[in-house]
This record gives sequence, structure tokens and C-alpha cells, in this order.
Amino acid sequence: MTKLSLFLGCIIPNRYPGIEKATKFCLDKLGIDCNDLKGASCCPAPGVFRSFDKTTWIALASRNIALSEELGRDVLTVCNGCYGSLADANHELKKDATLKKSTNAHLEKIGKEFKGTADVRHIVEFLYDELGPENIKEMVVNPLKLRVALHYGCHLVKPSNERNLGSVERPDFFDELIEAIGAESVDYSDKMACCGAGGGVRSGLHGTSLEMVNHKLSRIQEADVDCIVNACPFCHLQFDGGQVEIKDILGIDYSIPVLHYSQLLGLALGFSSQEMGIDLNQIKNNEFIEKLKKLTED
Amino acid sequence: MDELDVLNRLKDAGIEVLTCMQCGTCSGSCPSGRYTSLNTRRFVRMVQVNMDMLHCEDLWMCATCYNCQERCPRGIKIVDAILTIRTIAVHEGIMLPEHRKISHLLLKHGHSVPINDSTKQKREKLGLEPLPETVHKYPQALKDVQRLMESCEFDKLVAEK
Ligand code: SF4
Ligand code: SF4
Repeated sequence: MTKLSLFLGCIIPNRYPGIEKATKFCLDKLGIDCNDLKGASCCPAPGVFRSFDKTTWIALASRNIALSEELGRDVLTVCNGCYGSLADANHELKKDATLKKSTNAHLEKIGKEFKGTADVRHIVEFLYDELGPENIKEMVVNPLKLRVALHYGCHLVKPSNERNLGSVERPDFFDELIEAIGAESVDYSDKMACCGAGGGVRSGLHGTSLEMVNHKLSRIQEADVDCIVNACPFCHLQFDGGQVEIKDILGIDYSIPVLHYSQLLGLALGFSSQEMGIDLNQIKNNEFIEKLKKLTED
Repeated sequence: MDELDVLNRLKDAGIEVLTCMQCGTCSGSCPSGRYTSLNTRRFVRMVQVNMDMLHCEDLWMCATCYNCQERCPRGIKIVDAILTIRTIAVHEGIMLPEHRKISHLLLKHGHSVPINDSTKQKREKLGLEPLPETVHKYPQALKDVQRLMESCEFDKLVAEK
């Protein structure tokens, strides 16, 4: 199987290390050959830096990819933003020789070169394509009977001409991975709606961004689920931290637990909620932790 | 060519907005427009008639969800247009203060969201090392990243004007 290097990005190692640990545990358990990508930086974040200055964006992205090329490995991202940034930069550099040349002129100053020999993957599409739901199902030791509100996150599937992951209106590959671990992916209205964090909106226009996530949370609450599952630490931060901010500002208390798919998969593969760092979220929901305990102990 | 001529800059980037028929599919699909003044259809119209978009607040309200771009019946690359106009604005020194701040975080740390003490504690609690295997742990790698940003003149671009 493809050899990978793990690109951490910013939010996972620096805010939600439980996702980092869960990802490493899962890859190990699934027998996937993956090394650390030492010395990597911010991807850099597409919504902000890509729109500020393309030259800087592509130079930093190409350095991250070049580090993985040196290891002879494909880049594994665990974040929709990192995936969007690195996959798009990789694609543009591979198809545009002039851009590659001008980018390499910058890289040369630090003794690096972008060659175009690596691919950029996202853990969800990687697991779906390379292992498949059936194989994952066979490895599950704790089937998790949970009602899950799945949030794909925009940049996992869009822009579709870059991603090629099928329907962007009603995709289902990720739902299959949820069902593979024994959970139910519940249909809810505005399931494909944006969480409101991207495009520099969370950082630049915080109030607007909260209104968008509040709308999504209200829809999720109507669906009566056990937890939200995402594939992106920025969406994760928006749902988890956003609930705390909404409670402070609007007085609405959702208390819906938020998990990255790596964490959910880790639980199903036999790890405890503490090992997966689920208790390190900002939203504390003891009822859910107890439920997980029961599901993983039986 | 006038560097600030948005329509020409978009054309150079392979983005054509003149084929817009003002159907409103984009604005009807826009999650941000529910809560902000951003009206994607009107935005495209304003770009078409070459109004000053660089100072338009709506420019920063797009969450880049790509709904509009996916659904536009005329195949207009709306998000690419918004991002291109943002680039022109930033090069004119127009950006939100918070965006300037995170640019400085990137310059200093090589991360736009750098580590803090509480996360270091969480990492240790999980049995991970306090610093991740990124530029945070490798000072030479951080220097390389900073050198790269200087080479691209990112430091000058986002300096307080
Ligand atoms: S969806 Fe496309 S054609 Fe319709 S108003 Fe928006 S930009 Fe114009
Ligand atoms: S990409 Fe931006 S403008 Fe288009 S629908 Fe999404 S938030 Fe609205």
C-alpha cells in the first residue's frame, strides 16, 4: 500500500492533540505505513493566506510537499483545509511548468526543490479508497451504536473539479465509513451546509461565523444525535469552541459532543475515550462519555 | 494594463464574469448571505460593471464554501473571483486587522495557530511530546520557512501600513 507521511498542520497538534494521537493509533492498528513529516509548517491556510498572496501560499505549500517527496512518501492530511491547500498547490505546480520554475527559485534559497513526485491525500478518502468500508468493518472490535450527525466539511469534496469524489450535493462515501464502525449516519436538514469557519470568516468576522454555526447546530439538535463527526480540525474547532461561544453570547446550550473521524474510528478499533482525547474537548458531556464507556467495555 | 482593473485581472486569471445572467442561484445557495450583507448575485453584477470592489466589505464575508461556484449554471468561477479580488485588495494594503494579526503569527511561528501552554499540557496528558514534530520542534526548519516568506516578500506585504 502507498507509503505516507503525516502532515499535522496547525490546529490538530496545537489545539486538538487528541486527533493527532487518534490518527497515529488508527494508522498503526490498520497497518498503514506512515511517518511523521518533520519540520512541516502551516499548510498555509487556504481561506486566508492563499487569498492574500498566491506566491507565498504556493511557496510554503510546495516546501511541505517537497519534505514528503524527500521521504519518497505521499502526504496524508487530516484536515480539509490542509487537504485543499496542499492538493490544490500540488496540482497547480504539476500542471504549470512556469509556476513550478518560479516557485523552485524561492525554494532553492533554502536548499529545497519541488519535483512533483508525491500525491496529497485526505485520511477519509484514503481510507475509503485504499481499505474500503468492508475491510474497516472487519477490523472493528467495538461496534459503536451511535446516532451520528456527519459533517463532511466543504473542502473535502469541493471544488469538485479538483477533488473528483463524486456528488457534492449528496455524497455518501463518508457515510459508508460511519456505518462501517456500526454507527448510524443520521440524515438532517442542511447536512451539507458550511460550518462558517472557512474563508477567514471565523478569524476576521467572528460574529457572522457564529451565526452560521449556530444555524447548523440548531439543525443537528433537531435530529437528536449522540455526536457530531467531522473530518477537519477547523470545523471541529468551530463546532466545539463555537458551542461555548454561543452559550456565552446567545445563551443557547447545545452540549453536543464533537469527534473527528480518527477519534470515532479509534474508539471502534478498541481504544478508550481518554486515549482518544475526547475528554479534552471544550464541550464536556459526561452522559456521552459514560455511553462510550459502556459501548467500549461490553 | 491598470493593475487595479479588476475585470482585466480576473480575465488574466481565466475568470470570466460577463456571462452572468443574474439568475440568483448563487445568492440562493449562500450560507453567509443569510446573515450578512453579502449578496453573491449582486456582487457578481458589481464586478461586471467594474465598481470598486476593493473597499467592499462583502469581500470578506465569503466562507469559501463553493456552493455558488458548484451550482452556477453559467459555470462562473465565483469563489476564484472573490479570492482574486481579495489578493488585489491585500496588495493595496486593504485587509481586516485580524487577518494581519494571523499573518504575523505565521511569520513568527510558521504556524497560523501556534502552540500554547494549555495544549502542551493536553499533549503530555495524552503521552505525546509537548512540542509536535513541526517547525515548533525544529528551529532550522522554522528559519527556512521564514526565509521563504521573506523571499516572497510576505513580511513587507502584511506589515502595518
Ligand atoms: S449563479 Fe452564476 S449566472 Fe446565476 S447570478 Fe450567480 S453568477 Fe450569475
Ligand atoms: S462560496 Fe462564498 S459566496 Fe459562494 S455560496 Fe459560499 S459563502 Fe456564499
